[in-house]
Amino acid sequence: MLRLPAFRSFRLALAALTVASAPLAARAETTLRVAMTAADIPDWRGQPDQGFEGNRFVGFTLYDSLILWDLSSSDKEVGLKPGLATKWAIDPNDNKRWIFDLREGVKFHDGCDWNADNAVWNFERLISDKNPAFTPYNFGRARSRTNNIDHMEKISDYQIAFHTKVPESLFFFNMPYLFMLSKCAVEKAGNNLDEFAKHPAGSGPYKFASVVPHERLELVKNTDYWDKDRVPKHDRLVLLPMPEATTRVAALLSGQVDFVEAPPPDAVPALKAANMRIVTNSYPHIWPYLLNVARGPFKDVKVRQAANWAMNRPEMVDLLSGLAAPSGGVFVTQQKYYGHPMEYGYDPKKATALLKEAGCYPCEINIGISTSGSGQMQPLPMNELVKEQLEAVGFKVKFDTLDWNSLLDVFFKGQEKFPYDGINFSSGASDALNFVKSQMSKYNAPLGGNWGWYFNPEVDALGEKVLASFDPAEWEPMVVKMHEIIVRDARNLFIVTDLNPRALSPRVKGFVQAQSWIQDMTPISIDPK
Amino acid sequence: MWRYAARRILMTIPIALGVSAICYALILLAPGDPIQSMLPPDATPEEVAYLKKAYGFDKPVPVQYFLWLMRALSGDLGASIQTHRPVALEVMTALSNTFIIAVGAVLLAFTLAFVMGTIAAYHVGKPTDRALTGVAVMGVSIPNYWLGIVFIIIFAVKLGVLPATGMGSQGSANFNIFDWAQLKYAVLPILTMAMTPLGIIMRSTRAAVADVLNQDFIQMLRAKGLRPFAVLRHAVRNALPQVLTVMGLQLGYLVGGSILIETIFAWPGTGFLMSKAILTRDVPLLQGAILVLAMAFVTINLAVDLLQAAIDPRIKRA
Repeated sequence: MLRLPAFRSFRLALAALTVASAPLAARAETTLRVAMTAADIPDWRGQPDQGFEGNRFVGFTLYDSLILWDLSSSDKEVGLKPGLATKWAIDPNDNKRWIFDLREGVKFHDGCDWNADNAVWNFERLISDKNPAFTPYNFGRARSRTNNIDHMEKISDYQIAFHTKVPESLFFFNMPYLFMLSKCAVEKAGNNLDEFAKHPAGSGPYKFASVVPHERLELVKNTDYWDKDRVPKHDRLVLLPMPEATTRVAALLSGQVDFVEAPPPDAVPALKAANMRIVTNSYPHIWPYLLNVARGPFKDVKVRQAANWAMNRPEMVDLLSGLAAPSGGVFVTQQKYYGHPMEYGYDPKKATALLKEAGCYPCEINIGISTSGSGQMQPLPMNELVKEQLEAVGFKVKFDTLDWNSLLDVFFKGQEKFPYDGINFSSGASDALNFVKSQMSKYNAPLGGNWGWYFNPEVDALGEKVLASFDPAEWEPMVVKMHEIIVRDARNLFIVTDLNPRALSPRVKGFVQAQSWIQDMTPISIDPK
Repeated sequence: MWRYAARRILMTIPIALGVSAICYALILLAPGDPIQSMLPPDATPEEVAYLKKAYGFDKPVPVQYFLWLMRALSGDLGASIQTHRPVALEVMTALSNTFIIAVGAVLLAFTLAFVMGTIAAYHVGKPTDRALTGVAVMGVSIPNYWLGIVFIIIFAVKLGVLPATGMGSQGSANFNIFDWAQLKYAVLPILTMAMTPLGIIMRSTRAAVADVLNQDFIQMLRAKGLRPFAVLRHAVRNALPQVLTVMGLQLGYLVGGSILIETIFAWPGTGFLMSKAILTRDVPLLQGAILVLAMAFVTINLAVDLLQAAIDPRIKRA
């Protein structure tokens, strides 16, 4: 008789334990562990370093910008959407004054309000060394996006104006790259960003949790994020630098990470066999040779076109196990500015004929290539294949192999110091502004992004018109026209575009791979199984 | 002994100065520019000049070197261009991480190599010798970065008994070598790192011990009726100074970190740190790291020299 109540008590206790533990199980923290290609954790004190990977994993997660990329779809070209600004327009009475309406009700992670004072302070710290929070490294990293800002103006508590040095219709394209910090968090740190780094505060969908320098950065979800659609569906995001591709693959296969950037093509079969998911998508990332059109063989458009006709692009795609697509311009075909440029197919006979017509047969060229680098894909085997294809039609290719930093130096310092006929320099025309400037002779390197010193008066004139026009219906067709002309002129040797491969553990659900260098991690959920 | 030690310590000063001057010059001679790569291509010359001044690259190279040396003498190695953290802190953190695997590899390689080398020397020309020498040749010949990947595939991916990369969920912060949950992250890097010194030291030990075993006094010992183990003990003691030199060099190399091994295992040591500094042209970090590592190398060699002198009094007289 005594045993029954005891048994009943045991059952009751068990039931109570089960009920109590059910919510605990439901609340179990989910963590997304990402292996980045970066060799170090991107700087998390504002403007990230480490290129677009820094923007992707640290900038776009911890911070917001006035305008954001709309990364919600994998099927359409990525566009802009309101961020910390809700509206922007050029002042109808002053074509050098851009007015931005700011979003109300947004708070930074430290509880401070986002407003016009904060916005003006944020831009001033990037452009003026008189601002107490100015740092040379943030100045340097932001300079390509802030160099046309003359000064800032606060119009009201939630409205600001940018005064630009020269009229620039595409000025707003700079905004997604400039991240807003909490002014009071920086001031609390004594305007010392090294101190701020211990408790950084932005307004993004993730909050800072902890860091082990060079090794791991941990972020947690910001449940109070102003855009409820972008509140992360996992609790914690762990970012791990792993520059070695084989290491990233091994980490995924052994269950140490869930999400791997850029798996090497030859690892894809093993990853698929282990039930990992490979995701790819088109995005503005081309892998070309920038050609020196100022002197040497590529000064002649026939030689440039010959090189383009010599490319067997499908063979290159095969080399990369299908993780690339043939490239026919500076934009990729999915971008609206691509237009309908002439297409360079594979025609080695035509290429040889053009070289003979140009009087350059055999045609000796000297190309600067890198052994690795941001966006450089698999540079050594890919360049070997390019060389083989070019030499098959009559080129004689000599490579100068550099490390990535040295190639950057070549790009920045221009032809005076480095007289190459071309450089293998991957890039991405994510926005029209960047594209337009890189084609205009007034932006020739070393004072601009036009490394090849490409010059076509028609393109220059179109560029000037684009930058002076504030009506998209007027300037967008002109950008398309510019692109069609530069493809006809064979401004580059167009080879392939990257397809942005990533490998995901089967536990990772809901990732939407946008057609962009930046990706939104917030929709990802982690299957606890 | 003390005069010998003092003379050797004084000799490290010109070595340190020479190493630092040569490295400074080599870094600046290499193509690439830390300032240019921080700015966009359309930066104006004024903006470039501004950043050069901000980072102290506007002064003549000898002046830059002199200023750096003066600061270094007071223990200030400057700040990293990329991370803005003190170089001394960056290097010492990385050095402590490298120490974990280097000391592990040293203990493993030195012990195994010494035992294997001695056994091989005692059985010169016999199958035991051939087998052990084969292991040594493999250790030296197999590229360690390849071996590291093979270890990862076998132990982390296929068997799942050891982790593939990193230093665990806490990283190097609070890394505890007495906690297996953390220590297991060091096992594969240690195994990989130990293979090359294992081969080199084993072959040196074998050659040195075999050489001593052929000397007249060994015949005398045998003739006096000493047991084989006692004879071997005498031979090993006489071969030790020679082996110690090789061990010292190997320890120096290991403490310098291995760029390839640390990159493959994402182990945040000195090799990993220096490869990042080279790729980003982080001149203060590179310069500081080279100086500290060169000093570590010199110190280890000094310690080995003193140890040799203690073991073999003839060295003091040389």
